[in-house]
Amino acid sequence: MRSGGTALIAGALFGLGLGVSQMINPAKVIGFLDVFGAWDPTLMFVLGGAVGVTALGFRPVLKRSRPVCDGTFLVPKRTKVDVRLVAGAAIFGIGWGMTGYCPGPGLASLVLGSANTVWFAAAFVTGLLLTDRLARESKDDKKSEDG
Amino acid sequence: MIPDDWVQALIGGVLIGGSAVFLLLMNGRIAGISGITTRALVSGGREIWAVLFLAGLLLGGALYEYVLAAEPTPARGVGPWVMVAGGLLVGIGSRLGHGCTSGHGVCGLGRFSGRSLVAVLVFMGTAFVTVYVMNHTGLMGGG
Repeated sequence: MRSGGTALIAGALFGLGLGVSQMINPAKVIGFLDVFGAWDPTLMFVLGGAVGVTALGFRPVLKRSRPVCDGTFLVPKRTKVDVRLVAGAAIFGIGWGMTGYCPGPGLASLVLGSANTVWFAAAFVTGLLLTDRLARESKDDKKSEDG
Repeated sequence: MIPDDWVQALIGGVLIGGSAVFLLLMNGRIAGISGITTRALVSGGREIWAVLFLAGLLLGGALYEYVLAAEPTPARGVGPWVMVAGGLLVGIGSRLGHGCTSGHGVCGLGRFSGRSLVAVLVFMGTAFVTVYVMNHTGLMGGG
């Protein structure tokens, strides 16, 4: 199926980018997050490069009536800033600071063959699934992600 | 391999952004890793694209690490409990807040989403404070 092939390519590009940019190096990430210490600003260029490309590229893509390999675009429709967003982001940031891994680099780092990356990935997936289940049971949720 | 640190960072960032634009153009989906992982796991195999994206993510990581990298990338060298506790918080927080660094950062900011900007400022803020506490107060076992 064509859409599977393009997803695989997109994933590979993403993983390669995480490697080249050193987002998969937690020491580098923590150096970037250490704004009150010996701050290493390098990763600003990662975010700058990535957001530069999406800011320029998303708009023309979304002008199309549909994506190349699928019937519809699935983009987030939520616009309200709510407690859940802020609480979630705050909790996520604490975990990111502790480990130096956010989800993409945490998963891509599984190829390093280190026990710590396996611990991280297993705990990440557990937290994701537990929260997903609780959120569904409580009510709303479902549908489009922000990410 | 690539001479300067920041050039390499910029190239990596452009690859990540390029991946997000490509996925939106081809599949019409947002390249948010926490969202894609959830879909891959809870859809019961209906969202094959999400599984393949994650397979690609590992493939790309391996391509960097075993073909391009000048030296091996170090993993985080702390006790496993830090990884488990931190990993749980990353999973819970990114699911609650509907996105992480990729969904809110790379993609949300590229869509000029106010929600995502708030999320990015909040998670950067708590990450800064966490690293401060960890590196400069001796709590959490130090760096």
